[in-house]
Amino acid sequence: MYKIVKKQDLAPNITRFSVEAPEVARSRKPGQFVVIRAEETSERVPLTIVDSDPEKGTIDLIIQKAGFSTTRLVSFEVGDGFLDVLGPLGRPTDMEKYGTVVCVGGGVGTAVLYPIVKGLKEAGNEVITINGARNKELLILEEELGAVSDELIITTDDGSYGVKGFGSTVLQGLIDDKKNIDLVVAIGPTMMMKAVAEVTRPYKIHTIASLNAIMIDGTGMCGGCRVTVGDEVKFACVDGPEFDAHLVDFDEQIAKHHYYDKEQKCQMDLMIDKAEEERA
Amino acid sequence: MAEEKRTRPPRKKPERIPRQEMPVRLPEVRNKDFNEVALGFTPELALIEAKRCLQCPKHPCVDGCPVSVDIPGFIHLVSEGDFIGAAQKIKETNLLPSVCGRVCPQEEQCEQVCVVAKIDKPVAIGRLERFVADYEREQGAVELPKVAPSTGKKVAVVGSGPAGITVSYELLQAGHKVTIFEALHELGGVLVYGIPEFRLPKAIVAAEIETIKKLGAEIKLNMLIGKTRTIDALLDEDGFDAVFIGTGAGLPMFLNLPGENLNGISSANEFLTRVNLMKAYREEYTTPIKVGKKVAVIGAGNVAMDAARAAKRVGGDDVEVSIIYRRARDQMPARAEELHHAEEEGIIFNLLTNPIRFIGSENNAVTATECIKMELGEPDDSGRRRPIPIEGSEHTVETDTVIVALGTTPRKFISETTPDLKTSKWGTFLVDEETGKTSKKGVFAGGDIVTGSATVIKAMGAGRVAAIAINEYLAGL
Ligand SMILES: Cc1cc2nc3c(=O)[nH]c(=O)nc-3n(C[C@H](O)[C@H](O)[C@H](O)COP(=O)(O)OP(=O)(O)OC[C@H]3O[C@@H](n4cnc5c(N)ncnc54)[C@H](O)[C@@H]3O)c2cc1C
Ligand code: SF4
Ligand code: FES
Repeated sequence: MYKIVKKQDLAPNITRFSVEAPEVARSRKPGQFVVIRAEETSERVPLTIVDSDPEKGTIDLIIQKAGFSTTRLVSFEVGDGFLDVLGPLGRPTDMEKYGTVVCVGGGVGTAVLYPIVKGLKEAGNEVITINGARNKELLILEEELGAVSDELIITTDDGSYGVKGFGSTVLQGLIDDKKNIDLVVAIGPTMMMKAVAEVTRPYKIHTIASLNAIMIDGTGMCGGCRVTVGDEVKFACVDGPEFDAHLVDFDEQIAKHHYYDKEQKCQMDLMIDKAEEERA
Repeated sequence: MAEEKRTRPPRKKPERIPRQEMPVRLPEVRNKDFNEVALGFTPELALIEAKRCLQCPKHPCVDGCPVSVDIPGFIHLVSEGDFIGAAQKIKETNLLPSVCGRVCPQEEQCEQVCVVAKIDKPVAIGRLERFVADYEREQGAVELPKVAPSTGKKVAVVGSGPAGITVSYELLQAGHKVTIFEALHELGGVLVYGIPEFRLPKAIVAAEIETIKKLGAEIKLNMLIGKTRTIDALLDEDGFDAVFIGTGAGLPMFLNLPGENLNGISSANEFLTRVNLMKAYREEYTTPIKVGKKVAVIGAGNVAMDAARAAKRVGGDDVEVSIIYRRARDQMPARAEELHHAEEEGIIFNLLTNPIRFIGSENNAVTATECIKMELGEPDDSGRRRPIPIEGSEHTVETDTVIVALGTTPRKFISETTPDLKTSKWGTFLVDEETGKTSKKGVFAGGDIVTGSATVIKAMGAGRVAAIAINEYLAGL
């Protein structure tokens, strides 16, 4: 049992947990993730480690209620525990000194981005962070990102806060302004990462995307997390989650995400039915 | 007395007892659920079958067994009705008879060399083994072995498949402290995530694992060694005196064909993990699983048979499941019994056929497999006739689900983080065969991580060998 010691709502449907997992807390590096199984009947869900406290032996996770499994995870309370937490998995981000780095985060992807921004800043880079959300209410980690970035630009799709528009458009603006950029890191919805890759491609700016591939074991055993990168097939859980965004086949990833839609919807419906039964 | 003897009818050659069939569930009933296919011998059948053993003084069967079970010895006890004694006899060298009786390829081992096989079908050694082990467990007669006084030595066992289980059992008995580190959320390795319930009920595996827990093993799940902790940290910081690595060969191989990354195409490891470890076939479990109407399983080993039969069960009556295999029938590597059961359950065999690419729809889902027909040519290095493509025989087969079962190789988490561990170019660990010693002091290995994917019994044999060497090593510290 991995005990939940803290739970905090960040935005509607977005929750931050601190979970006791001392072994993971002690060895994790930015860019790595865990696989969680909430209870006996649950599936295994990959989640990025947002932060950790090796002294207290805790790791922080940010979970957005999206489907059946995340809804169940978010219903856990302080004092409860997740049945299984495995990690740290995946390759850590290469924390070198590149020069100027632009980090583009979208939605809950910002949670994945935060430890990377922090690490890149510590490695001596100039870090410009673009933090995007659909609207003001859904924006997360503004303060935290501000503290570890040289510049923070907020975007919202509806213009309710910060710049109206997408992260990729702001990035294009920076390039147009002749900002010298050595590296771009994009993390968020697959469509957004694809858009960022297309912005930087003509300028040959090295761009990294962190994929949220479908996973089961997270240990290189199943190949369910396969991703086509250039002319190679890679396992996101072992070789990733970060890949060269100019080589990733994003359309394939989008299709993979929809493969189990029907099954997952059935699970959702079952859960809603059950909840209604209980209420009745 | 003498009178009586004279009145006896003239000696007649005794009637040969035929090999006893093991009761199994009807194919059309069993291919709809995950309950066990074979039902096992009854005591009556076991008694008859045991009489077929000739008690050969040279007992070639024992040499055919990778762990040298005293086969005539245990069969003799069966014939006397001492089923529990027979189970204990097997356990002198094989800790998991209820598992091995179900999954060992007996037809290539003990039963292949059985003397009776020269004139008739061999003695059903595997079925007898399974029977006595089940009998012992069902009677609640399994006794904990004696444990030697504590030595104060600590051993880390990495991986909890048959190799790791065997090593742990032996070392615990020798009085050492054992901690098992397992990456997954359950112990058992392939026995829990690979081999399906209908062939090896998980309750049986759980019972064996319970024994190790009772003997005092400390269990650490969700520990991917090489990531969560390194081998060096176990030895230098955590105070372990020795390490055994039994991490198996878990990395699935793919065909590297065009279209292989389409939706609907998975490795057998993925498909079987969803079914077995994550129990996707049970409604209360939330891991999704999807089987279309036309399933193609590529390969013809045990893994392919398990995947095909599981797909049939998940998919239901109107799903068509085919095995696609580039060689001929008698070259299929699966256990004879599994092939037979698969065929009975309606699995189609598309032999001398090789896939060359996968064709997908607009939404990136597989819709067809393009194949080419093969014919057998000259024998290759392995002595098997080499399959050669027949030009112009390309054809497409409608397919909406593809399961690739081509074999597995070791993963690299440990070798990448432990540079002084020597590996082969296939990623298997190089060890001294007699001891399981690796190139690193105090580190031993065995099972699929050394041999590449092999068998349960070979992994157990390697565990036994390593346990003896670890005992010696610890005694010398
Ligand atoms: C579907 C299928 C069917 C099979 N059918 C048969 C059969 O009928 N008969 C037969 O004899 N054999 C069969 N086999 C082969 C047999 O199961 C294997 O040869 C045997 O299990 C190998 O045992 P092992 O202990 O070496 O490794 P495994 O059983 O593979 O166990 C290795 C364990 O180590 C864990 N692990 C791996 N890496 C790490 C790490 N870094 N840190 C911590 N833990 C780790 C894994 O999670 C796993 O639990 C089958 C295999 C499969 C996949
Ligand atoms: S070879 Fe066959 S007949 Fe002879 S002892 Fe072994 S099992 Fe019995
Ligand atoms: S999640 Fe199974 S191999 Fe990556």
